[in-house]
Amino acid sequence: MSAESAAHTEQKESVSTPTQMPLAKAINRALADELTADPKTLLIGEDIGALGGVFRVTDKLQAEFGPDRIIDSPLAESGIIGSCIGLAMRGYRPVAEIQFDGFVFPAFNQITTQLAKIHNRTDGAVPMPVTIRLPYGGHIGSIEHHSESPEALFAHTAGLRIVTPSNPHDAYWMTRQAINSTDPVIVLEPKRRYWLKGTVDLDTPAPDAFTAQVLRKGTDVTLATYGPLVPVALAAAEVAAGQGRSVEVIDVRSISPLDDEAIARSAAKTQRLVVAHEAPTFGGFGAEIAARVSERAYHRLAAPVLRVGGFHMPYPPSGQEQRYLPDIDRMLEALERSFVYASEGGR
Amino acid sequence: MSGVELADPVPVQLLAEDGTFTEHPTFSRFIEGLDGEALRGLYRHMVLERRFDTEATSLQRQGMLALWVPALGQEAAQTGAIAALDSKDRVFPTYREHAMALYRGIKPEELMGMFRATRHTGWNPHTYNFNGYSVVLASQVMHAVGWAMGIKQDVATGALKEGRAENEIVLACLGDGATSQGDAHESMVFASSYGLPVLYFIQNNHWAISVPQQTQSRTPLAHRAAGYGFEGIRVDGNDVLATYAVTQYMAEQMRAGAGPKLVEAVTYRMGAHTTADDPTKYRSQDELEVWKRRDPIARYRTWLEAQSVLDAETAQEVDQEAAELAKDLRTAVHSMESVPLERVFDTVYAEPHRQVEVEKAWLKDYEAGFAEEGRVADQ
Repeated sequence: MSAESAAHTEQKESVSTPTQMPLAKAINRALADELTADPKTLLIGEDIGALGGVFRVTDKLQAEFGPDRIIDSPLAESGIIGSCIGLAMRGYRPVAEIQFDGFVFPAFNQITTQLAKIHNRTDGAVPMPVTIRLPYGGHIGSIEHHSESPEALFAHTAGLRIVTPSNPHDAYWMTRQAINSTDPVIVLEPKRRYWLKGTVDLDTPAPDAFTAQVLRKGTDVTLATYGPLVPVALAAAEVAAGQGRSVEVIDVRSISPLDDEAIARSAAKTQRLVVAHEAPTFGGFGAEIAARVSERAYHRLAAPVLRVGGFHMPYPPSGQEQRYLPDIDRMLEALERSFVYASEGGR
Repeated sequence: MSGVELADPVPVQLLAEDGTFTEHPTFSRFIEGLDGEALRGLYRHMVLERRFDTEATSLQRQGMLALWVPALGQEAAQTGAIAALDSKDRVFPTYREHAMALYRGIKPEELMGMFRATRHTGWNPHTYNFNGYSVVLASQVMHAVGWAMGIKQDVATGALKEGRAENEIVLACLGDGATSQGDAHESMVFASSYGLPVLYFIQNNHWAISVPQQTQSRTPLAHRAAGYGFEGIRVDGNDVLATYAVTQYMAEQMRAGAGPKLVEAVTYRMGAHTTADDPTKYRSQDELEVWKRRDPIARYRTWLEAQSVLDAETAQEVDQEAAELAKDLRTAVHSMESVPLERVFDTVYAEPHRQVEVEKAWLKDYEAGFAEEGRVADQ
C-alpha cells in the first residue's frame, strides 16, 4: 500500500460495523442493494452482464438479477442514455454504465440536450431519475480516450448533478443516493481507485452526497480536491506536516451542486486555498471554485486561490502521464507558492 | 436470423390523386371497419389541422409567434397514422406533428407554448400520452426505445399500471432528414435487438429545410428497415386511407409480438420548413405544382362525395368548425403568458440545488432594488 492510500484509509477507521472492501466492490454492493430495494431499478451498459463490466463493477449482478434488469446494450452510448430517458419517462430508475470517460461523448447530446433538460422543459411533469456511472481519470497507463476528466463539461450543464467519491464508504453511499435522487446524477468513478480498499459501514450513511467534507483539519492552508486526487492530497498534507505546514484537506465530493460555502469557510479560516484536479486547469472546474471562494472570502485571503491540474493539451500518451498528472510534489509546490504571496504582500 | 424482404419502392396507395379507389389485396381490409362517421372524422380532422396551420402562419407573420413549423400537405400522413393507433400507444413526435397532437386533444394554447416561446413544452406528456415536441432531430426515437423497454419490463414483471395494456406499441416519428442522424440508427439497432414494439413512422416530405431527400438516402427509406431485420413499407402519405391501413397492418402484428416495424409515408411539405425559411430559393414551382395535384384533402373529399359519405352541408359544418378553431387559436395566443423565470428556476431540478436557489434569491433581491429605486424616484 502506498503512503497516500495508507494515509487515506486511516480516515475511515472509526466506523461502527466495518467491512473492508475495494471501491469497485462497494459500488457493486450499492447497486445490488438498490436492485433489491426497488424493482424499478435497472442497469444498462456495455459488457455489464456476463463479463461484469470491464472493471468488474457489475460482477455477478446479472446472475443474481437476470438479463432483464442487468442489460447488455448494443455498442452505442447515445443509445444507452437515450433509452434510459425513455425508461425514466415510464417510471423506471435506470443506471447507465459508460465504459470509459472518453466514450461519453457520443452520448453528450442525449445527456446535455435531453436528460438535463426534460424536467425543466416539461415544467416539472417528467422527472429524470437516471444515474450515469462514468469511470474517469488517468494514472492507469492506458491508451488514448481512457484517462480523461470531463467534469467541467457536465458541470456547465444545468439540470445535472455530479458527484465523485474518493473512498469505498462514499462510493457505496453516493451510488445509492444517486440512484435515489429524482434528478439525473453523473457519478464520476475514480477508476485508478477502484482497487483502493477501505472500510464501508453499510449501516451508517455517509454525509449527504451533495456536500463537501473536511477530511483532515489544518490551520495554514486549505487543499481542496476530489475523486482520484484525494489520497494524493492527504499524502501531500502528511508530507507538509513534516515540514511544519498544517494543511486542511477538503474532499469536494459534489461538483454540482457545489458546496462552495464549506470550501469558502475553510479558506477564510486558513486564508489560503489550493484547488487540485486531474482535468486541465484552463476553463476547468477549479476556476469555478477559485472564483466563488474569491467572491466570498476576498478579505480573508492572504494569497490568490491557486490551481493544480492537467495542462491545456489532450490527455498525453500515458508514457507521459506521470509528468502530466498532479502528484504530491506538484501539490506541495502550489502550497508553498501560496505562502510566498503572504510573505511578499503582507497581511 | 432470417433476411427480410425489401419494401416495394412503389408506395401503397388506395386513393389515387383523382380520388378513385383501388382495392389492395393486403390493405383494403383495414378500412372496411371504418363507417361513415369514422370516414368523415378523418376528413374533419385534416381540414381542422389545415386551418389551424394556416392561422398559425398568419399569427407568426403578425408577430404573435416566435416561429411556426407548417405541416401543410402532411395532414393525411399524420391523421392516418394517429387514427390507427390506440390512445394507450405512446407517441414520440418531432416538432411538426400538429395533426397528431390535435387528434390526441392537446389544446391550442398548449400546442402553441413552444411557438409563442412562453414554454418549452406546453402540455403534460402523461396527460395525452403524447410526448413533448423534440427539436434535436431523432433524439426522440431513442426515448421511444426506452419507453418500449419499459413496456416489455412492465409485462415481464406484471407491473403494468392502470390504463396501460400488454399490447401497447410506441409511435416513433421522424422525418427524412432525421433518418441521417446517428440516433435514428442506434434506435433501430436497439429496437431490433430487444424485439421492441416501436413503430418508426417516417414522414418523407422530400425536404430537410433546403436539402433534398436524395442527399439523405439513395434508397427508399423503408428499405433501411430490412438492414435492421424488420419490415418496412412505403405508403402514399397523401392518401389518408392507405396510411391508416398500413399503420393498422403494422400495429396488428406488433401487438401480437412481431417487434419493430417501419412505415415510410411519402408526402410533401407544401409550406416552408419554418416561417424563417424561403423555399423558393431551393425548389421549383414545377415541383410544387406536381404536389398540389396530389393534395391529401382534395382527393379524399372527392372520394367521400362520390361515396355519398360527405354532403355539402356537412362539409360546410366542418369548415365552420375549422373557422372556430382558428378563432380559438387566435384568442388563445393573445392571452398566453410566459412561464415566470421563478418557475424556470424551480424546475431545473426536482430536488433543491444550492446554486439555483442562491441565484433565484439573488435575482429577487436585485429586482427588488430597482423597485425601491423606482419608489424613490416617484417621490
